[in-house]
Amino acid sequence: MSNTEGRFGVHGGQYIPETLMNAVNELEQAYNYYKNDPEFNRELSELFNNYAGRPSRLYYAEKMTKDLGGAKIYLKREDLNHTGAHKINNVLGQALLAKKMGKTRLIAETGAGQHGVATATAAALMGMECVVFMGEEDTIRQALNVYRMRLLGAEVVPVKSGTKTLKDAVSEAMREWTTRISDTHYCLGSVMGPHPFPTIVRDFQAVISKETKEQMLEKEGRLPDAVIACVGGGSNAIGSFYNFIEDKDVRLIGCEAAGRGIDTFETAATISTGRLGIFHGMKSYFCQDKDGQIAPVYSISAGLDYPGVGPEHAYLHDIGRGEYVAITDEEAVNAFEYLSKTEGIIPAIESSHALAYAMKIAPDMDKDKIIVVTVSGRGDKDVAAIARYRGEDIYE
Amino acid sequence: MSNIKKAFENGKAFIPFITCGDPDLETTAAVVRAAVKNGADLIELGIPFSDPTAEGPVIQAANIRALSGGVKTDKVFDLVRELRIDVEVPMVFMTYANVVFSYGSEKFISTCAEIGIDGLILPDIPYEEKDEFLPICRKYDVDLISLIAPTSENRIGMIAKEAEGFIYIVSSLGVTGMRNEINTDLESIVSNIRENTDVPCAIGFGISTPEQAKKMSDLSDGVIVGSAIVKLLAEYGKDAPNYVGAYVRKMKDAIR
Repeated sequence: MSNTEGRFGVHGGQYIPETLMNAVNELEQAYNYYKNDPEFNRELSELFNNYAGRPSRLYYAEKMTKDLGGAKIYLKREDLNHTGAHKINNVLGQALLAKKMGKTRLIAETGAGQHGVATATAAALMGMECVVFMGEEDTIRQALNVYRMRLLGAEVVPVKSGTKTLKDAVSEAMREWTTRISDTHYCLGSVMGPHPFPTIVRDFQAVISKETKEQMLEKEGRLPDAVIACVGGGSNAIGSFYNFIEDKDVRLIGCEAAGRGIDTFETAATISTGRLGIFHGMKSYFCQDKDGQIAPVYSISAGLDYPGVGPEHAYLHDIGRGEYVAITDEEAVNAFEYLSKTEGIIPAIESSHALAYAMKIAPDMDKDKIIVVTVSGRGDKDVAAIARYRGEDIYE
Repeated sequence: MSNIKKAFENGKAFIPFITCGDPDLETTAAVVRAAVKNGADLIELGIPFSDPTAEGPVIQAANIRALSGGVKTDKVFDLVRELRIDVEVPMVFMTYANVVFSYGSEKFISTCAEIGIDGLILPDIPYEEKDEFLPICRKYDVDLISLIAPTSENRIGMIAKEAEGFIYIVSSLGVTGMRNEINTDLESIVSNIRENTDVPCAIGFGISTPEQAKKMSDLSDGVIVGSAIVKLLAEYGKDAPNYVGAYVRKMKDAIR
């Protein structure tokens, strides 16, 4: 077994080129210093509260609860954050850290464009240069987000290598980082990649479960019975779980994208269908073939369309603390439509995977049980794609 | 210590990199033989990977060509078995950690030893992670090659002290690919390495012309050339062996 820091059981580590080692070491040192620095934490809280709109609401979905007829359902409304998703939590933290480190340029990968938009936003706010790598396929699927990033002053680079989607955008951002390190911070968007990224991103996202816990105690005087979140790389999920990990009676449920089904090749459900491997700087579970070639993955959700999963989720799975389930495109689209009609909330198609699982289990739970579902983002960006899925001829 | 030291016994070493199976394994075999005949001292065989994060566009494209041609790890092992009938120069594999790990690290590395592979270059295994493979490499006497980069600075001594086979000095920031200029202070990197080890060191990344090769070999014990050769394969396909042979001759003559 390797001897590096940043392990979650066998998972994690720093499987990156030598060229980047001093950069990640420098990042780790800076993070270890600033995470305990009162001034840094004061500035970050200020940004969270007055810029991003935190704390996000914990909303009792009464109509949904009554309609399903079982457990009481609360929604953690990360969709109400500035830029419309949980991504801003991590980005504000990393951008502030990068600025303290003297970096003047942020680079990022993006799938659907949410992390790219969040990074471009933080860069605009802090006066930093910003370059976002996005698979060419995704720049076409999410053309509006490309324009949004450019509007915010970022350069968007379409990635033409490999499958031209999220994993290739990550690879290209890593390549770019090896080219230009001294002034550049790689603002990674999920709890993945080499140490210290999975830890840094988790800590910045952990504000979700910190608030949920306080809000739940205030509203119900007790902890929830289950917390449900969607998992691509896994940042909103780990943020939703983190402060409940020690509370063994709270079920932690991660919902992966099954795409057209886990028995098909058109899936992105890493924990359900992948196996242990080493890629993008970490040891974790990956969708791959017998020879270790990374598999092309598929999901209707561009944000969950990634062949790996963050190492801490792989570990929570191994020790049985987290439950990981797979939700198909069809189930997610049904939940997307259901929440829109029932509560007047249009959720991101990513978050709809978590809602779909809540819809499955809530009816069979007692009425005194409580479920919290993290609505990681809002669904405006998905409306055209869902319309097309349902056979409408609508383009953005 | 494996066979690798022999590569540094004929003056400065010329080390060509070839992606296995680009465009097919028969061509790879012919290219290796042409390179050896024309003075290559050590052959670096790339096992293609779907997502080669340390490679520039030229070698990325070679990986895709090879994989779409159906190359599998077992077929690469068969290629080496066939080459070892007459090829005597040291050979190393260059690939990514997941190719080795997913095959089963022990099974992969013991097969390397059995078929005559002398070393492994894994660009996504830095010093901190080498224990993933090093104990197995030691068991089978396959050298795990260390890389040193322009950003290594305070890490050079630590890496060099434990290096085996040869040290791969990455000439420039960024990914593989041809460059007009190499601006890194390689002289001080090499002298730092020399203070810590006698293991030979070769410079790679960005070298394509005989003039660059001469300059780099004056600073070190050898040069590694990848993209310039892969480009000949992209251009000439099955006819590439003659072109690669002539190129290797020209480069080896420049650094002799």
